[in-house]
Amino acid sequence: MHELSIALGIVKIAEDERQKANAQKIDRIELEIGALSGVELDSLDFVWPMAVKDTALEKADYHVDFVEAVAECLECGQQFPIKNLYDNCPVCNGYFKDIVAGKELRVKALEVS
Amino acid sequence: MCSTCGCGDPEGEVKIMIPGVESMDHHHHDHDHTHDHHHDHDHGHHHPHSHDHHHDHDHDHGHHHHSHEKTILEVEQDILSTNDMLAQRNRGYFEAKNILAINLVSSPGSGKTSLLEATLRDLKNEIEFSVIEGDQQTTNDANRIDALKIPVVQINTGKGCHLDSDMVYKAFKKMELKDNSILMIENVGNLVCPALFDLGEQHRVVIISTTEGDDKPIKYPDMFAHSDICIINKIDLLPYVSFDVERAKDYARRINPDLTFFELSATTGEGLTTWYEWLRQHVSNFLKAK
Repeated sequence: MHELSIALGIVKIAEDERQKANAQKIDRIELEIGALSGVELDSLDFVWPMAVKDTALEKADYHVDFVEAVAECLECGQQFPIKNLYDNCPVCNGYFKDIVAGKELRVKALEVS
Repeated sequence: MCSTCGCGDPEGEVKIMIPGVESMDHHHHDHDHTHDHHHDHDHGHHHPHSHDHHHDHDHDHGHHHHSHEKTILEVEQDILSTNDMLAQRNRGYFEAKNILAINLVSSPGSGKTSLLEATLRDLKNEIEFSVIEGDQQTTNDANRIDALKIPVVQINTGKGCHLDSDMVYKAFKKMELKDNSILMIENVGNLVCPALFDLGEQHRVVIISTTEGDDKPIKYPDMFAHSDICIINKIDLLPYVSFDVERAKDYARRINPDLTFFELSATTGEGLTTWYEWLRQHVSNFLKAK
């Protein structure tokens, strides 16, 4: 359940930013999480209330932009959507690939007041 | 970043111990950690300690747009950035001291500690080693390493499921790491969570054993994607199990075509020489690269 560490990392980033902006509370947090980021959204949802308890994020709306994964084949250059890290290129069947989207794991924006 | 779950519960606290020096059922000795704990949970009151502080400055590129009384902060910050930055700091320390740091990851019971024991026993006269052991509870593994007269620190993660770069930093500060040595970091037995956490190692070694399914690589792809070495352990048991070595390697290569494989048995010693040769070569390459 590394999602709790991830959630605590989010809380820390949000608190630091809130303090820098001299804001009282956080109304909304926007995260960007890729399909291949290694984080399960269900698990993150599950630990979220525990992680934000007694923090400025406790009452914040929590919004996740989910990013579908895209790979680029290193053999033929084809870009293709992937579901799993072991998927191969639909054109040349090669397994050498770069993940060009879907590894995102970031705090995008906060709305504070 | 402290990754212990259930804060405030002493059983969930991270403990860092040296066998024979600190008793494992004594939880007041790790003052460093206790302070960190307060930092993590006292948000809004205290400043985090210095390395976190640098990080804030480095990444302070959010733009503040003021509209009415609500403000949108465009943060755009990687959630793992604190861990990654501390990992880079560890890596720099290791490089400066010519320490080859290796992160051993696997599911529980694949033979990480047995492989480590065999490696230390056979190579300790030619290479200096130190070891960081990660487990949720007990100093059993550290005691096994300590019996070989190798410097070792045990990290108990409490309820945490992986090591992070800050725990490793605190652990090696408790030892005197020798220049030109190998630091073996045995992660918590878990094929999922440790994948995301860079510790500052130069190589990540994933170990699977023939008593597991040969489809482990595609069931737990993240760990294989983030490793550069794959050791298949317990090959002495191949006649008794249905594990297909070639199929396991094929699955692993689909995720990470660059993986280097070693097939061995830590118990019988079969295949250990090629693994030792790799270690010798990488220690000497590392020295040459300086």
